[in-house]
Amino acid sequence: MLILKPSHIPSSEITPPEVYQQRRRFMQGMTALAAAPLVGAATEVQAGVKLAGVRASQYTLAESKTPYKDITTYNNFYEFGTGKEDPAERAGAFNPRPWTVSIEGAVKNAKTYDIDALLKLAPLEERVYRLRCVEGWSMVIPWVGFSLAEIVRRAEPTANAKYVEFVTLQDPKQFPGQRSRVLNWPYIEGLRLDEAMNPLTLLTVGLYGEVLPNQNGAPVRLVVPWKYGFKSAKSIAKIRFVEKPPLTAWMQAAPQEYGFYSNVNPTVDHPRWSQARERRIGEFFKRDTLMFNGYGEQVAQMYRGMDLKRYF
Amino acid sequence: MTRNYKPWLFLICLLPLARLGYLAFNGGLGANPIEFITRSTGTWTLVGLMITLGVTPLRRLTGRNELIRYRRMLGLFAFFYASLHFTTYIWLDQSFNPATIFKDIYKRPFITIGFAAFLLLLPLAITSTNAMMRRLGRRWQQLHRLVYVIGSLGVLHYWWLVKKDLTQPLIYGLVLATLLSLRLPFIASRLPSLRLRLKSVQTKTT
Repeated sequence: MLILKPSHIPSSEITPPEVYQQRRRFMQGMTALAAAPLVGAATEVQAGVKLAGVRASQYTLAESKTPYKDITTYNNFYEFGTGKEDPAERAGAFNPRPWTVSIEGAVKNAKTYDIDALLKLAPLEERVYRLRCVEGWSMVIPWVGFSLAEIVRRAEPTANAKYVEFVTLQDPKQFPGQRSRVLNWPYIEGLRLDEAMNPLTLLTVGLYGEVLPNQNGAPVRLVVPWKYGFKSAKSIAKIRFVEKPPLTAWMQAAPQEYGFYSNVNPTVDHPRWSQARERRIGEFFKRDTLMFNGYGEQVAQMYRGMDLKRYF
Repeated sequence: MTRNYKPWLFLICLLPLARLGYLAFNGGLGANPIEFITRSTGTWTLVGLMITLGVTPLRRLTGRNELIRYRRMLGLFAFFYASLHFTTYIWLDQSFNPATIFKDIYKRPFITIGFAAFLLLLPLAITSTNAMMRRLGRRWQQLHRLVYVIGSLGVLHYWWLVKKDLTQPLIYGLVLATLLSLRLPFIASRLPSLRLRLKSVQTKTT
């Protein structure tokens, strides 16, 4: 199936104001209702707690899923340290509640969402995606969330919104890794607006049907399955709509090694190592890496005519 | 007569391998066991090289000449862990595919120099026997100075593979720089007198 998606949003996709206002009133009512029994019980929303009402989705790979233990103990999350075990060991004191995500920049409806309201913005789906790290390993992960497009539509980007910038929380008290200058904090990532609108781009709040563990980017992260893992910003505090491509944390750190696009591409190597193959966690030998991590059918048309060696 | 600690040293040098074996059988190698093994064998190669390079400065500093008899075993253990490291790479990483191995060695600077360092270790391991030492005479020592180059290549190999956090390679680099500078003639010649001075301070205070 080829989905052609122009870079601007067709007027047919924009929700009429009376509809979304009605939705908002409904939502506010619902959150008030939902919040009532939750007062004084904030600890109920924490890693390991089952998320209610998660639906299966069409985005479900038929590959065997990486065990929960591996997904939650082998992480790159430099806010907790540069070692793979650091996030699992040091994320215990991190507090993902209370949390707000502010939608800013070139939008008609700038807004700050409370995390628990955000969770109820759209129906939660389980999506089993491949994750390919730029370091050459991969996993198959059952995420829970909804398309980022749900938020983008409600924000109503203006004509100046060409890119979307994702900013991770900056708080060295909670993120011990931010006390070292290994990257320029806060962590910044970015997508082109059409990439952000692609139905595959998942705003993620859960893992294996449960609340997202801290070390995996709680309370809310991005999952962009056709790009290298570092593009999927974790613990997001701000989503900004901007005109120029955001200067991402990794582009600041090593511009010759990490480009803005960072699409999974077995034919474009990292300057220091090959990207042709990958080690699937749990497998003994390496396997071939797929173009766009196997999501070409859904995303290739966005890059038609682009020199992917140049726009790496 | 000083005691011969060689059997003990031999067992100690096997500990990193024993640890890997223990972790492997107890599910302790983490989510990516092959990366763990590659990193661990690489680390112990570097540590082995540094300890081997530390013998001579330590001997000069302490005046304990018998230390020299442990140097060969330490060097051979560095080579042993390098061989495990290399085997992990060509087998588990590259599945013995010569085409991709040669391409990798040619294209990736950190693999090129890692491979070069391993090749340079081979003649040192081969000529480590007493018979070879006798046969080569003075040239033996010249040949074995290659270990300075090997140590430097090893640190550079680590430096170039790290994604961002250079703390670890920097530590190895500093240790290596210290060990090599202790061999500069004007420093090396001062080590024994430093020892005597330390001794006199010690005797005064006691």
